[in-house]
Amino acid sequence: MSRDALVDTTKKQDEPLNKEELASGALAIQATDLNLWYGTFQALFDVSFNVKQGLVTSLIGPSGCGKSTLLRSVNRINERFGYVRTQGKVEVMGHDIYAPKVDLTQVRSQIGMVFQRPNPLPITIRKNILFGYGLQDSTKKIDSQEDEIIEKALKEVLLWDDLKDKLDKSALDLSLEQQQKLCIARLLPVKPKVLLMDEPCSALDPKATEAIEELIWGLRGEYTILIVTHNMAQARRASDECAFMLMGKMVEHQRTEDLFVTPFNQQTADYIEGKFG
Amino acid sequence: MSSKAQKAMAHMDRRDLSWYVDRAVQILMFVGGISAIVFIIGIFVFISKEGFSFTFGRFDIVEFFTSMNWRPTSESRETYGAFALIVGTASITGMAMLIAIPFSLGAAIYIGEFATGKTRESLKVLVELLAAIPSVVWGFIGLTIMNGLIIQLFNVPIGLNVLNAGVILGLMAAPIMTTIAEDALKAVPDRYREAAEAMGATKWQVIVKVVIPASKNGLVSAVLLGIGRAFGETMAVLMASGHSINIPGSVFDSVRALTATIAAELGETAVGSDHYGALFTLGIFLFLITFIINLTADVMVRGIRNK
Repeated sequence: MSRDALVDTTKKQDEPLNKEELASGALAIQATDLNLWYGTFQALFDVSFNVKQGLVTSLIGPSGCGKSTLLRSVNRINERFGYVRTQGKVEVMGHDIYAPKVDLTQVRSQIGMVFQRPNPLPITIRKNILFGYGLQDSTKKIDSQEDEIIEKALKEVLLWDDLKDKLDKSALDLSLEQQQKLCIARLLPVKPKVLLMDEPCSALDPKATEAIEELIWGLRGEYTILIVTHNMAQARRASDECAFMLMGKMVEHQRTEDLFVTPFNQQTADYIEGKFG
Repeated sequence: MSSKAQKAMAHMDRRDLSWYVDRAVQILMFVGGISAIVFIIGIFVFISKEGFSFTFGRFDIVEFFTSMNWRPTSESRETYGAFALIVGTASITGMAMLIAIPFSLGAAIYIGEFATGKTRESLKVLVELLAAIPSVVWGFIGLTIMNGLIIQLFNVPIGLNVLNAGVILGLMAAPIMTTIAEDALKAVPDRYREAAEAMGATKWQVIVKVVIPASKNGLVSAVLLGIGRAFGETMAVLMASGHSINIPGSVFDSVRALTATIAAELGETAVGSDHYGALFTLGIFLFLITFIINLTADVMVRGIRNK
């Protein structure tokens, strides 16, 4: 039902994206018939789901509906736990990330992830930003470009002015908002195409939430962003497309403005009206 | 006020059995809680009292720390030079740490970061069992098995030496070091590992770049406690070191440790004599060193908890 609803996004009126490739509606993430089990508990049922390049797509649904699970199977971080079994296909930027020959660390480094609780590493701000970059090849000489990389990453997340003089302070001393921005900044030096965000604002106050939302909106275009949120208002104001999940199934996926105004599915309608969830 | 309410009030004021039980248990717990402090102070006072007659009398600090002549029973002139004993203890402890640090940190990293489920649980139980082996049993192993083994393997005249005692002490100290180091690794929040893995770090990169730096203090204190353990160990050292006063030139030389000296000689001295006092002075010295080591370790462990 939902595939027909995915009309091209060029018609989106507010804040049109000026980048050529976005107009093509090329897909950044393509999940096909994805099933996932935690031990014997099945968390995802035949989920097929496409995310267009350069857009912010939000995943909504009640607790336990599988939205975080779906997000976490896009960079295979789910598999940290041995009891997870996945079936189906997920393609990111055209590459099947569940193909047998795929290098897990390579997949994860190319797909950035932001977590619910800001989780900067207990090292300096500078080292946090260079962490992912330095993993690529530890023998690589990066000293000369270090400062440039840090400045660029921090500028992209609007932290440069605040932090430029305390790069060698511990990242744990920052405010939660700054920590979360730093967690986004440290993903950028490896130039990921896709950023996954698992309720990135749920630990933050409204002001910080607004700042992060603005930041996400600013990153849109250059990065494809998939964001899980509990907050329907956030999905509504800060995403281009929105998908509703329930009981491990994908119920509906539309442009955000359409989903919230004219949902196809009765369950979606009930959820966004607050009848359950 | 109605008589009913008065009755209820009277009931509330009554000190019944459970009130007394509660008080008694509180007092008992308090006594238990402070007893450790009382005992520590008591031991220190006792050792000092016995040792100070020598420490402030016959004691010659220069001789004590620089002379290698420990001749408390000399007919002509007794000398109390502890230098060789200090070097003996230090060399055995050093040898022990060479063995124990790689083994215990390796075991801790394996148990904490790699092993899962049953493997992990059974390894932890095994390590704790190892820690429970009495030191005289370790000494026995040193005296019989290790002694012969060293003589055969290295073709040396005597197998009771720094190497033997060091290996035995290393194996003795490793379990407690493993347990503490593993606790330190476990104290590193999982979200750090998850964050690093999500950025594409391999298991090994996560350990080296995230887990070890984050648990650095705990790991150092594990090592310090191991040193303290090796430093203060007596029986196994007495049995495995050869117990001969000597500045070792190689790991195949016999040495004598501070602790072993006290254990071997205290029974044969007259209470209150210079020799008796000198042994207690060795005791004060040992006490101070282990106290400093343990205190440092404790402060460092607190350091990670407060972070």
